[in-house]
Amino acid sequence: MEVLQLLISGMANGCVYGLVALGFVLIYKATEAVNFAQGDFMMLGAFVTLGLVNPEFMGIPFWFALPLVFVIMGAFGYLLDLVVLRAVFGQNQVAVIILTIALGFILRFSAGLIWGHEPMSLHSPLALGDVRLGDLVLGMADVAIIITTFLLTLALWQFFQRTKIGLAMQAASQNQMAAYYMGIPVKRVHGMVWALAGIVAAVAGILYASKGAIDPNAGFIGIKAFAAAVIGGFGSLPGALLGGLIVGIIEPFAARYLPAGWSQIAPYALLIAVLLFRPHGLFAQVRVKKV
Amino acid sequence: MRIHFKTSYDDDIRLFEDGWKLSLYAALLALMVALPWLIDDFYLGEATNVLIWATCGLGLMLLTGQTGQASLGHSAFMALGCYSTVLLMEAGVPFIVAFPLAGIITGIVGGLIAIPALKLHGVYLAIATLALAILTDDLIVMLEPWTGGVGGKFAPPITVFGLEVNRWSNPAAWYYMALIVVLVVTLFYRNLLRAPMGRAFAAVRDSEISAQAMGVNLARTKTIAFGMSAGITGLGGALMGLFAEVFNNETFTFILSIQLLMMIVVGGLGFIHGAFLGAIVISFLPQALSIITDGIGSNVAIPGLEIGVFGVIMILFILFEPMGLYGRWLKIRTFFQLFPFARKDMFRRQKSYLKTERLR
Repeated sequence: MEVLQLLISGMANGCVYGLVALGFVLIYKATEAVNFAQGDFMMLGAFVTLGLVNPEFMGIPFWFALPLVFVIMGAFGYLLDLVVLRAVFGQNQVAVIILTIALGFILRFSAGLIWGHEPMSLHSPLALGDVRLGDLVLGMADVAIIITTFLLTLALWQFFQRTKIGLAMQAASQNQMAAYYMGIPVKRVHGMVWALAGIVAAVAGILYASKGAIDPNAGFIGIKAFAAAVIGGFGSLPGALLGGLIVGIIEPFAARYLPAGWSQIAPYALLIAVLLFRPHGLFAQVRVKKV
Repeated sequence: MRIHFKTSYDDDIRLFEDGWKLSLYAALLALMVALPWLIDDFYLGEATNVLIWATCGLGLMLLTGQTGQASLGHSAFMALGCYSTVLLMEAGVPFIVAFPLAGIITGIVGGLIAIPALKLHGVYLAIATLALAILTDDLIVMLEPWTGGVGGKFAPPITVFGLEVNRWSNPAAWYYMALIVVLVVTLFYRNLLRAPMGRAFAAVRDSEISAQAMGVNLARTKTIAFGMSAGITGLGGALMGLFAEVFNNETFTFILSIQLLMMIVVGGLGFIHGAFLGAIVISFLPQALSIITDGIGSNVAIPGLEIGVFGVIMILFILFEPMGLYGRWLKIRTFFQLFPFARKDMFRRQKSYLKTERLR
């Protein structure tokens, strides 16, 4: 029973990692760049929701605020691409890596300035109540996180495989110049995927904040989400979720059964092991080109 | 404008282009040597700090600026250099031996780490090195018997040839020590650039495929670059820990390696001067900020202000001056040298398009 309890709580944590990892993978899949600020996006999404919903700020009812949050975060992602990232369009990935790390610093600083550095909790309807299944006690938030994450991953996966825009996004990343020739507005597609990543980050932020308190440094879970994305195979959406689940589940078990200190190391040790033995992750996206 | 009339192949690989350059750098060296008589102890300490940052920066510059591999894990090598120096000194090895030995140890470990990391490149390498930096933080805590864990370690007193080098009683000696280290490292770096290995580094950076076609062994070159880079950064880290006098796992967090990377980008990627200019920026930024906030009249320290401002500077540089401070200087110099023939587009980058790394 204890194992099952650990498993479920690990899965809920893992889903949050998976959602952040999903943001990385979305942007990587469409623009071939990595957004090191995705964790901070998530933090921002949570704080924007908190600013709209909590009674001490604007006090808008949660379900009304939700679409508003998505619009705000989507617009934020689009504008960010328009103003900042378009300047390094077509340049190598290191420029984008440094740029997004710097962005993360700025987001963390601004969030601290606006909402303070004390942990705050979101007044979320998901945070209330437990679900009982026999001896098992599950938080409503955990259940909501797991269900939302699975549905969102499935939807995004199908979006990339089936829809015209999704295919255009994949084409834009595989070869920018060829995508232009095929009539794909590559820059606008980039803007759209950044907006989408902003929305996914908002979902992750709301779910994360429903589980517990949020503070400006919450974005650091982005690093664990990295581990998740790499373990899954950067560029694969179901892989990101699987990687998130693995990292999330390993943590509570390492904390329970291994000597102290190992639980912090476990995700990174696993990451390095995966990079050593399967350098491109479990769902490898790298193929050798046929000539 | 000076015109070089080259009469031998050696002209191309001279350390200094001509007498004028040589005299400029000699004057700079004279100024650096005279510095303890020119400024007070506080600023001498700051100058030492700049030199230490510059040493670390040169290490990362060799890897990122010269070989084109981004690393977010150099704080791990700084920690390794620092702890191995101190542990060797505690085992009774004199500082003058322990310090270079620590650099060599760090270099070898760096090279060993590079072997698996070489299968990765671009994003994967950045993430693997980031994981390494985070692991180091936890490893220092776990290896408490040697590293002192969270409680940290105190730097033992340093004696070089019977002379005690102490930060408080003898700041000039510390300054000279850092100056000598940075000089040796810079000379090493400069000489490496004109040796076949340095040329191979640049070839790998500019195009891996062309480098391979020219007979450069990619794996070997990258491993050596990683090792050398780690070694130099380890020396810098040792100086940083010893200069701080107390250090623990918090001293060498992954934030430090990100700062290091940003420092060399602000200074100018791929230029030795860039490491020094970046070091000046990163050392004096906190002072400048505190002077500004005092000037506004707010006595409340804003948490995270420094790193936030650094982020803004960083973004402005990448957007408007990707070649960094030294690149800006090059442009200004070219403008005056060619006056009035300098054109605006002389430094313009070619338009480029990305292709996926997933298809190879």
